[in-house]
Amino acid sequence: MKRARVAYSGAIHYAVEADGNLRLDDGRIVEETDVVWLPPVQPRTAFALGLNYAGHANELSFKAPAEPLVFLKGPNTFIGHRAKTRRPANVTNMHYECELAVVMGRTARNVKSENAYEYIRGYTVANDYVIRDYLENYYRPNLRAKNHDTCTPLGPWLVDKEDVPDPMNLAMRTYVNGKLMQEGSTRDMIFGIPELIAYLSSFMTLSEGDLILTGTPEGVVDTKAGDEVVTEIEGIGRLVNRIVADHPSGTTGKT
Amino acid sequence: MKAKFRLRGVAPTCEADVDLTGNAVGLGGNRYHMDCLPWDAPVSGTVYGTLLNYKGALEALGNEVNEAPYLAPPKAPVLYIKPANTVIGYGMPIPLPQGVPQLEIGAALGVVIGSRATRVREKEALAYVAGYTVANDVSIPHKSLYRPAIKEKARDGFCPLGPWVMERDAVVNPDSLRIRVFINSKLQQENTTENLIRPVRRLIADVTEFMTLNPGDILLVGVPEGAPLAKAGDRVRIEIDGVGRLENTVIPEHELVMGVRV
Repeated sequence: MKRARVAYSGAIHYAVEADGNLRLDDGRIVEETDVVWLPPVQPRTAFALGLNYAGHANELSFKAPAEPLVFLKGPNTFIGHRAKTRRPANVTNMHYECELAVVMGRTARNVKSENAYEYIRGYTVANDYVIRDYLENYYRPNLRAKNHDTCTPLGPWLVDKEDVPDPMNLAMRTYVNGKLMQEGSTRDMIFGIPELIAYLSSFMTLSEGDLILTGTPEGVVDTKAGDEVVTEIEGIGRLVNRIVADHPSGTTGKT
Repeated sequence: MKAKFRLRGVAPTCEADVDLTGNAVGLGGNRYHMDCLPWDAPVSGTVYGTLLNYKGALEALGNEVNEAPYLAPPKAPVLYIKPANTVIGYGMPIPLPQGVPQLEIGAALGVVIGSRATRVREKEALAYVAGYTVANDVSIPHKSLYRPAIKEKARDGFCPLGPWVMERDAVVNPDSLRIRVFINSKLQQENTTENLIRPVRRLIADVTEFMTLNPGDILLVGVPEGAPLAKAGDRVRIEIDGVGRLENTVIPEHELVMGVRV
C-alpha cells in the first residue's frame, strides 16, 4: 500500500493510492493535484547519512568512511511533495540529494542486521538539499548547511515494507527541469539498510516513526531558483520539488 | 517565582510557585521538597545544542581552529540535536554505557521557546521565549569536533532536563547567570553566561535566521570549558542561579531496563 498525508478542503487527511488518484480516509476519491501534499510521516528523530555511496564520496574528494557518518535533522526542514524549497539569496551552491528514506516501525535497540527488516514500517523518497556555502568544519555537515527550513522534501508516499521486496536494489534518478542529472542504485550504499539499523540501535533506542535517510549517489550539481527538481526511486515514488528565491522579511513571498 | 513542570504519569502541565533557595515547590497549599516529587522532563520539543559558544571553550582550542580539519574558527552557530531518546527528567538515572569509564557533564542553560520563532530580530528575541530550564548535555568524552558526535552525544538518557521551566520574566538577565556543577556535593565547575560568545538574544536571532524554532523546543546556549567527568554512582548536580537545580545519578546501563531502575 502507498500511503500519503494530505491537506484537502481545509483538513488534514490520511490517504492511500487508488488507480492514480488518492482515496482519502473518509472514502472520497480526489485527484493528486487537488490536494496539498504533506510529508507522509512526521518523524521525531530523523537521521541522515553522509558519504554513504563511494561515487559521491569521490566526487566530493572524501574517502569513504570506515564507520557510518550520521547526522540529525530537525522537524523544521521537512516539506511535502510538490512543495517549494526556498533558496537563500547570495548562495552560490545548493545541490539536491536523492535518498531512500527508511521509516521505522517498532522500537529498536541492539538489533542484529539479519533481523533489521522486521523493524521497518516502510520507505519514502527524500531530497536532502545541502547549501554548500554554509558548510563549516565543526560537526560537519552542520545544521545550517543541512537543516535549513524547507530544504528536505519528503514523499510523496510511505510505501509499506511488504511492497518493496528488495530495497537494496532500487534505481535512483534525479531530473532537473526534465534532464537526468543523477543516476544510481541503492545497491551501491556503503552501509546498507540492515547495517545502519544495527549500527544506530547498538548505541541508542530507535522509535516507531523515526526516519533514516540513507545517503545519495554521485551526480549532484547546483540548482537555481525556478528549477524543478524531481527525485525518483524505483517502486517508491517520484518526489517533485521546485526551488524558489527566498524573500527577505517584509517583502511579498509570491512566486 | 512561577514555574511550569510535568510529573510522571500525569498529563497536564503543572504550574506552581517554586522556592529556589529552599529547593521546594508549593502545590495545593502544601510545600514539597524537590526530591519528593516524581519529575518528568518539563517539555517535549526538539532539543538543539550549541557548540563552542563559551569564550573559554573556543579559547581552549587555541590555534587548532585554524588548522586541519577545522581550517577556520566557527562563523555561524554550530548546532547539534539531542534527539528524543536522550531526554530524561530530574532524578532519573543517566545510563553509563558498557566500556565507557566516565561521562562528560555539560552544564547548559536551556532556553525554552514559547512561540514560533523564524527570522527573529535580536532585540525582540526574548518575546519568543517561554522560560528557562537546566540541561545536562551529557557526552562520552571526544576530542575531535569535525564530525557530528552522534555516538558520543545521542545515547539514551544523555540529556537530563528540568526540573521545571522557570517563567521568562522571573529571570532578569539570562546573560548573567552563574552555573555550578557539583559531583557528589563537591563543586567541580563554575562559570557564568556572561561568558557566552553569542548571548541569548543574539543566539536566537542567528539560529532562527536559517531554521524555525517551535513552541516547546529548547535551545541549549552552550557548555562551558572544563566540563567535569562523572563515573558510575556519581551524583551530578547542576545549579543555575535563578533558574533551578538539576540532579541525576550515573548508573551502569546494564543495571537499567529501558532507562529505568526496576
